Amino acid sequence: MVKLILQRLLQMALIMAVVSFVLFLVFDSPKFKKQLAVNDLGGFAVATLTQSDYQAWLAAKGLNVPFYERYGNWLVGIAHGDFGRSFQKNEDVGFLLGRALVKTGILAFWVFALMIPLALVTGVFAGISEGRVQDRAITFMSVVFTSIPEIATAIILTVIFALGLGWLPAKSKGDGLEYIILPVLTLVLYDFGYVARMTRASVAEVMTSQYIRTAVLKGIPYRRVVMKHVLRNALIAPFTVIVLQLNWLLSGVVVVEVFFQYDGFGKLLLDAALFGDLYVVQAATLAAVLVAVLSQLISDIGYTFLNPRIRFS
Amino acid sequence: MAVAAEPAPARSLFARLAQPRPALALLLLMWVPLVAYVMFNRQIGDLREVVLLPAIPAALLLYAVAVWSWRESTIAVIGVTLVFFWLLLALSAPYLPLLDPNKPVAPFVTPFTEKNGVFYWLGTDTRGRDMLSRTIWGCQRVIVWGITATVVAYFVGAMLGLIAGYLGGWWDQVVSFLANVLLSFPVMILFILILNYLGPSGFNIVIAVTFSSAPAIMRIVRGLALDVKTRDYIFAAQTRGESALRIMVIELLPNVRGPLIVDACLRLGYTTVAITTLTFLGLGLQPPDPDWGLMIKEASSTALLWKFSYMLLIPALSVSSLILGFNLMADGLREMSLRD
Repeated sequence: MVKLILQRLLQMALIMAVVSFVLFLVFDSPKFKKQLAVNDLGGFAVATLTQSDYQAWLAAKGLNVPFYERYGNWLVGIAHGDFGRSFQKNEDVGFLLGRALVKTGILAFWVFALMIPLALVTGVFAGISEGRVQDRAITFMSVVFTSIPEIATAIILTVIFALGLGWLPAKSKGDGLEYIILPVLTLVLYDFGYVARMTRASVAEVMTSQYIRTAVLKGIPYRRVVMKHVLRNALIAPFTVIVLQLNWLLSGVVVVEVFFQYDGFGKLLLDAALFGDLYVVQAATLAAVLVAVLSQLISDIGYTFLNPRIRFS
Repeated sequence: MAVAAEPAPARSLFARLAQPRPALALLLLMWVPLVAYVMFNRQIGDLREVVLLPAIPAALLLYAVAVWSWRESTIAVIGVTLVFFWLLLALSAPYLPLLDPNKPVAPFVTPFTEKNGVFYWLGTDTRGRDMLSRTIWGCQRVIVWGITATVVAYFVGAMLGLIAGYLGGWWDQVVSFLANVLLSFPVMILFILILNYLGPSGFNIVIAVTFSSAPAIMRIVRGLALDVKTRDYIFAAQTRGESALRIMVIELLPNVRGPLIVDACLRLGYTTVAITTLTFLGLGLQPPDPDWGLMIKEASSTALLWKFSYMLLIPALSVSSLILGFNLMADGLREMSLRD
């Protein structure tokens, strides 16, 4: 067990090193520096800039040193907790990223708090009545919900609740609870169908197994069979799926945050990428990769922990 | 030697067309003109007036064949109907009596109203361009780039998966590590990084989709190849002295096609979502040509009023129905393969 964790952590460190190095290499291209200059000074100003002025601008931004040197400095900086400065917002990247992650974290908390019970209940309900009308209805509903992309869900919810009924604000530019209802609902509606289907498949599989048939034939009340025997075995697979949704959420929040103009992690990353704000992109990407890899690790460990058949083999 | 020729089993036209080769021929007859029309519009010159004409009957025939061969599964038939609805619109867009999708005619006309003697079924957008025309032309680009990107990603992913699974050894180590690196990115972040580096365009979307989907495809194919490579027919082929490439492509790949076709249908849906979303974020296809993501992007910044909500709803519902079609197709195919 410990060996597995160490192995995975080592792999994670290797992946992070490769990713950050490639990012530095990519963002070192002249095209990117130009893009940054255009965004920083304005396209017209850059066009009239002489070569020496451009060099001076690069020097002022600290971009004239070779990328491997900057990479080294950046690594040393991270060791001291310094992620560099944002070119666009002229603020500390660590601070910017922390603030954005907190806002996205609030979003993620509500998404999981609503999605997990909803998905598990509908999934288990569909799984124990496999093949019947309820199951077919739930399965079809979940296919429909997963088919509607976040952007379309966001539009439909906005049109109904913000533009039509006027109950909620259309743009999430604020701190109150009413500002995060629509983004959270969008993400929940998209995601719950997938988790529900996974749960359904897992429950349906367990329901056909020999020990459940034995338990039913022994005369144990159906409720108890489901609660004690089915759920314990059937919820292992959904657990790993739910943890892996964290990875998906980091993709999903980009479009939702941009649509609702919610100042979270996704919007920060997109704005920084479009601006050429490389230290912000670096830090945000690394944070995303860290979350993704850690969630994979947790799901693997959790799976081995919950499933004795794997642990002891 | 008088060997009586066995009488060919009486088969219907559809059954014969549903065989792999005729079906593939029909598919190419439909697909090549559409790709030529959308991607090489300038190069083909005057040919563009007629190039899509043979594709329309091919698509109709293909639709009939698909419905016939998947008639056992209602879900698959619904899915394939949705997909072919948009596909036929995409193919016939140049021949339909539509207004120019890029020409402003009358701003802010709500759906189902008449103005200046023209009836607007779906109204016009903020700049006065006809929504019906933009929706139909927009689906052409989404479908062509979406399917192309998925096919390219599948080609790359399947080759890498076969190499990793069949050859094994250090090939497997290298390919699997690279796949792990790419898979540790959240997909949208990988898209943003790649498209921001390459610049927004259709061809770059294909590259970005390949980078983000090929690792997952590679994993699936690798698993299937590992499972199949110890079968007898593979040993037989090895004994015959066939080359590794031939074994991988001719012996291995056709025998694992079932799960791959289901996955490909799902992936078509993901790619359609990705293209629409990326265009909405400003990283995909560029204006002024119509595109669903672009329509959403333009309307979401200018028309956030109940009266104008049709400008957002029409592209959103269009893209959802296309993706629903792909997903239902995948579901139906999976159901049928489980039944066998």
